[in-house]
Amino acid sequence: MNAPTPLDRLLLPEVDAGQLDALEEEAIFILRETAAAFERPALLFSGGKDSCVVLHLAQKAFKLEGSTKSRLPFPLLHVDTGHNFPEVIAFRDQLVAELGEKLVVSHLEDSIARGSVRLASAEESRNGHQSVTLMEAVEAHRFDALIGGARRDEEKARAKERILSHRDSFGQWQPKNQRPELWTLFNTRLKPGEHVRAFPISNWTELDVWLYIQRERIALPSLYYTHRRDVVRRKGLLVPVTAVTPPAADEIVESVAVRFRTVGDMTCTCPVESLAADAADVVGETLLVTISERGATRMDDRTSDASMERRKKEGYF
Amino acid sequence: MGLALRDDEPAPGAHRPLRFLTAGSVDDGKSTLIGRLLLDGRAILADQLDALEAKAGGGQPIDLALLTDGLEAEREQGITIDVAYRYFATRARKFVIADAPGHEQYTRNMVTAAAGSDAAVVLVDVTKLDFTAPAPALRLLPQTRRHALLAQLLRVPHIVFAVNKLDAVADASAAFARVRAALVAFAAEAGFVPAGIVPISALHGDNVSRTSALGGYDGPTLLALLEQLPDDIVATRAAALLPVQYVGADAGSGAGHRPRVLWGRVARGEVAVGDPLVVFPSGETASVSELYVAGKRVDFVGAGRSAGVVLDRQLDVSRGDWLAAPGSVAPSARFRATLAWLDSEPAVIGRRYWLRHGNRWLHGRIATIDSKLDIATLAAREAHELGVNEIGEVIVETQQPLPLARFSDDRVAGALLVVDPATNRTSGTLLVGESLAA
Repeated sequence: MNAPTPLDRLLLPEVDAGQLDALEEEAIFILRETAAAFERPALLFSGGKDSCVVLHLAQKAFKLEGSTKSRLPFPLLHVDTGHNFPEVIAFRDQLVAELGEKLVVSHLEDSIARGSVRLASAEESRNGHQSVTLMEAVEAHRFDALIGGARRDEEKARAKERILSHRDSFGQWQPKNQRPELWTLFNTRLKPGEHVRAFPISNWTELDVWLYIQRERIALPSLYYTHRRDVVRRKGLLVPVTAVTPPAADEIVESVAVRFRTVGDMTCTCPVESLAADAADVVGETLLVTISERGATRMDDRTSDASMERRKKEGYF
Repeated sequence: MGLALRDDEPAPGAHRPLRFLTAGSVDDGKSTLIGRLLLDGRAILADQLDALEAKAGGGQPIDLALLTDGLEAEREQGITIDVAYRYFATRARKFVIADAPGHEQYTRNMVTAAAGSDAAVVLVDVTKLDFTAPAPALRLLPQTRRHALLAQLLRVPHIVFAVNKLDAVADASAAFARVRAALVAFAAEAGFVPAGIVPISALHGDNVSRTSALGGYDGPTLLALLEQLPDDIVATRAAALLPVQYVGADAGSGAGHRPRVLWGRVARGEVAVGDPLVVFPSGETASVSELYVAGKRVDFVGAGRSAGVVLDRQLDVSRGDWLAAPGSVAPSARFRATLAWLDSEPAVIGRRYWLRHGNRWLHGRIATIDSKLDIATLAAREAHELGVNEIGEVIVETQQPLPLARFSDDRVAGALLVVDPATNRTSGTLLVGESLAA
């Protein structure tokens, strides 16, 4: 198309400690702001890498070195679709126990039992239905702020998200009517039943997350690193073979060395081929990667370019 | 802008990430420029590129502008309706682009993008200028003036002009020379010195990341210029001021010793162990006995970083209070300010609004609206009303005195948020000027 980009522009950024420190400072600032400005915040914790990073940042924001007694000023909240990878749930429970934090788990199965979630078929992905269970948890616990690990670099609709994003009493996001966000003068005023979503790592990229995991030695579920797993190849994705995602009759099951880049509902999360055994290896691979995180690993985002925006308007995280 | 360099400032080259906004009108080529930066900054990945190539059809050049169209609603309308944030990095620096829409009715989003940005890149479309007028009276477009003035008003530290589409005019060098002269004259009138004026072709990449003699130019490319912009300098030599953001309930590890930690981001100056501080508004003083950054003990914390302050005696301090160097604060409950109004309901004189100053919410009212700024001519016209996207000079009265500073000196103590108490909408922002006697 045009003259080729000079090679030095294609080389890696020399990301120094100062750049990660600036991101950490911002994230901790947002966590403290959320804890101070709202009555009943909760930190969404799934065991996924972004939520592990946010939980680590929260430890730094609220606990002093050498202090063993203190707890975070908010509970952790997990929306369990019932289709989570078992190693992630085990990791979640072990970490919560070690840190001594309070964990609230809301089960999508309970929403199905109540009738508030109705699946079109038993095989349907439960991912999109999480927002119903999430809003039921918000109402039951009267949460007024949900802290999440979403990043603006993940997807086009997320790129427009505020740091503190206002939701109406139906949990809906109104992209055309967002509150202007000026410096750190956050508008934290809410009406009863409304809440905010707070995104401390909005300005981080996937690479920043991995550099930080490496620097801070943050523990993650094992499936973020290379392991052999039975998969089938479907529409360019590696689809894991699990109890809820069996292979089709004509598909060939292969054992492949893979890792997950995102960890969500088993029915819609795919691994990538990888031999990365630790965070440093993943940093190396991330620098060379050519496919965006959600594009490579999320079956549900492939249905339409606008699928994330639609789901966010419906209250999806 | 006062520079207060310290010996321990990071060496040149070791910069913080740079957040910059891009401002331009719908077809100034802003989306193309951002697409170009992302592409050259290798932030565009293969699957995104595939989607664009599929859209362009075999062999056709891709439409770089499509890289930044985020929302379904705006793809339908073909315009950018809200600030979008994009990320890329060169070897020297990480960048965050705040993509502000150029539409007049969405000025509030431009204000959102400008507040908190380290730099503004204002697009100038040369193909829209009238070069037939006799020299030197080249008229800039109203939106160019508006975007630059908003950035200047909000004290964005660096303003860069990117003169775009020079590949589409007959004599690029002559055109650039005239536009450059007009921009320099306009900036002088507006009271700022541009950090750069770069002739570019966003479409072909000239002077974006690749040097080009386009426009007879031999300066740094836009990207090289942005890489080298100094970090926003907060006044580290000023008297210390810290708005208390969060009071940690129990920080102590030992039995009996349970100090409360007062967390807040240092607005100006620096706080060191042993320093005396006065609490605003109570007026009580104490000394700093311990200091923390992200849970670790430290000896001092400079402006721009969050500090955890433990005082040597128990005082009643809550969120919204301020810690300040003794004698440095002159509180005021009546002041002149520039009001940027962002709400579709006009500002109402005498009505009680919620104000946020630092971390404190309080009531306040607009006592008078004195003038409205004509954003294209800089002239203040007498006016007594202020509607959406308008900027005016006002006098404000607050429920209680505040430790104000001029916005031009201190963007923390010098700014307030205005919130409509009926709707909770963010209605505007006040940039503090002169304090007045009650």
